Amino acid sequence: MAIEIKGRMGTFMVLRMLTADTAEVLRQLDGHLSTAPDLLSGVPLVLAPADGLSVTAEMLRKVVLGLKERGFLQVGVTNVSESLASAADLGLMRNLAAPSREKPVAAAVAAGPAQVVSQPVRSGQQIYARGGDLVVTAPVSAGAEIMADGHIHVYNTLRGRALAGVQGATEARIFCTDQRAELLAIAGHYLLSDQIDPALSGISTMAWLKGDLLQIQSALNPGG
Amino acid sequence: MARVVVVTSGKGGVGKTTTSAAFGAGLARAGHRTVVVDFDVGLRNLDLIMGCERRVVYDFVNVIHGEANLNQALIRDKRVENLAILPASQTRDKDALTQEGVEKVLEGLAEDFDYIVCDSPAGIERGAHLAMYYADDALVVTNPEVSSVRDSDRVLGLLSSKTRRAERGEDPVKEHLIVTRYSPSRVGKGEMLSVEDVCEILSINLLGVIPESTAVLNASNAGMPVILDEKSDAGQAYSDTVARFLGEERDHRFLTDKKGLFSKLFGG
Ligand SMILES: Nc1ncnc2c1ncn2[C@@H]1O[C@H](COP(=O)(O)OP(=O)(O)OP(=O)(O)O)[C@@H](O)[C@H]1O
Ligand SMILES: [Mg+2]
Repeated sequence: MAIEIKGRMGTFMVLRMLTADTAEVLRQLDGHLSTAPDLLSGVPLVLAPADGLSVTAEMLRKVVLGLKERGFLQVGVTNVSESLASAADLGLMRNLAAPSREKPVAAAVAAGPAQVVSQPVRSGQQIYARGGDLVVTAPVSAGAEIMADGHIHVYNTLRGRALAGVQGATEARIFCTDQRAELLAIAGHYLLSDQIDPALSGISTMAWLKGDLLQIQSALNPGG
Repeated sequence: MARVVVVTSGKGGVGKTTTSAAFGAGLARAGHRTVVVDFDVGLRNLDLIMGCERRVVYDFVNVIHGEANLNQALIRDKRVENLAILPASQTRDKDALTQEGVEKVLEGLAEDFDYIVCDSPAGIERGAHLAMYYADDALVVTNPEVSSVRDSDRVLGLLSSKTRRAERGEDPVKEHLIVTRYSPSRVGKGEMLSVEDVCEILSINLLGVIPESTAVLNASNAGMPVILDEKSDAGQAYSDTVARFLGEERDHRFLTDKKGLFSKLFGG
């Protein structure tokens, strides 16, 4: 047998291009990468020019080159004509509903395998569980950052920053057994430590999103 | 096999060099052939604290560049048998150290010594990275205050990810906490973190607590590792620390304020 063909679900990233200015696209991307260098590296990526944007093969090539230089795995392009895609030497992905900017669609909580971390996460370290949940059994220090596409569980002291649902999953939650976080965030909505009720410090808590507001409550006393 | 022990902290001025000198002298006194290597190129002061600054001819950088061999650069301690130091260069900067050069020197030292104690420069840049890269054990020196603890935490992260052991997926570098300049009375007043607090935040094994002590300055003025001042509190605390490192069980002394205890007992 020379080959095996397997269907596999995986996460890939859609990069929506909202401007025809390719230099600006790459510049903003670098901005994202400088704050979260691990966020996108090695992820398959689909380029999705926004509706109504007049794109040329030349533009696509420029962006693709920039993406490759930044270590992205190139998959293809969507939302352009077949002739344009082939002129730019890119595979065209059809039926890929790009989320529209006008009414953002909440991403579902990722269902990939959970990543389990049993070593302390120290100041200056960043851990990102792509495509799934993150379970940490060791302390997370102040100045450390843990992120997941899905839920975050910390069965220890959480002193650093925890960001769940970083790809937009508003259903994601953060659980920890000793909450002293610098920042808790779900799908981009965050609370800083000084916005968190001191009564919730040093106890087991659960954080979730209600509309745009991050809610935190004692995990031992749900409902109250 | 020689063991490489890095003395590191992140934050400057917390007592790395004091600890390196005392710890090295303590290991040697216990009969282990020990060399203390000064990685603080450009700011050398290990030789001062060990009282051999007048005997420096060649240094670490000369050896790396092949301008001298190890035997020419090593300074044997006059008080303690089995103890030597490899001084840093005062005239070069930190870029004079290269990874291959450091590896070669450590390999050379491993032939003649049981313990190689590496006195790291402050920070988390190149010099500190090279000092920890080949370590088997790390003494993480921390003062009982928030910024020092935070820097130590950062360094612990590097020890678990940026060392040769981490890169090769070998057993991790063994981490030991040494809390220095500990002042129980200031802890009592809430001006400093307690040992318990520091241990809880860093969650690593506590090897020793060294009290704030005038003996440290006196010893360094005299060019003598403070561990050799056996009457002093700091000297005794370092002796306990070395003994624990070598596998002995010893209670932690100097965790409470003598005066404070007195006043408590007598209602002072
Ligand atoms: N236990 C102690 N009690 C009192 N003073 C101390 C103690 N330990 C260190 N010191 C003092 O603190 C100062 C800094 O110590 P040392 O040079 O060992 O720190 P270091 O971490 O090596 O500094 P650097 O980061 O600059 O290399 C010195 O003046 C030293 O005498
Ligand atoms: Mg020093």
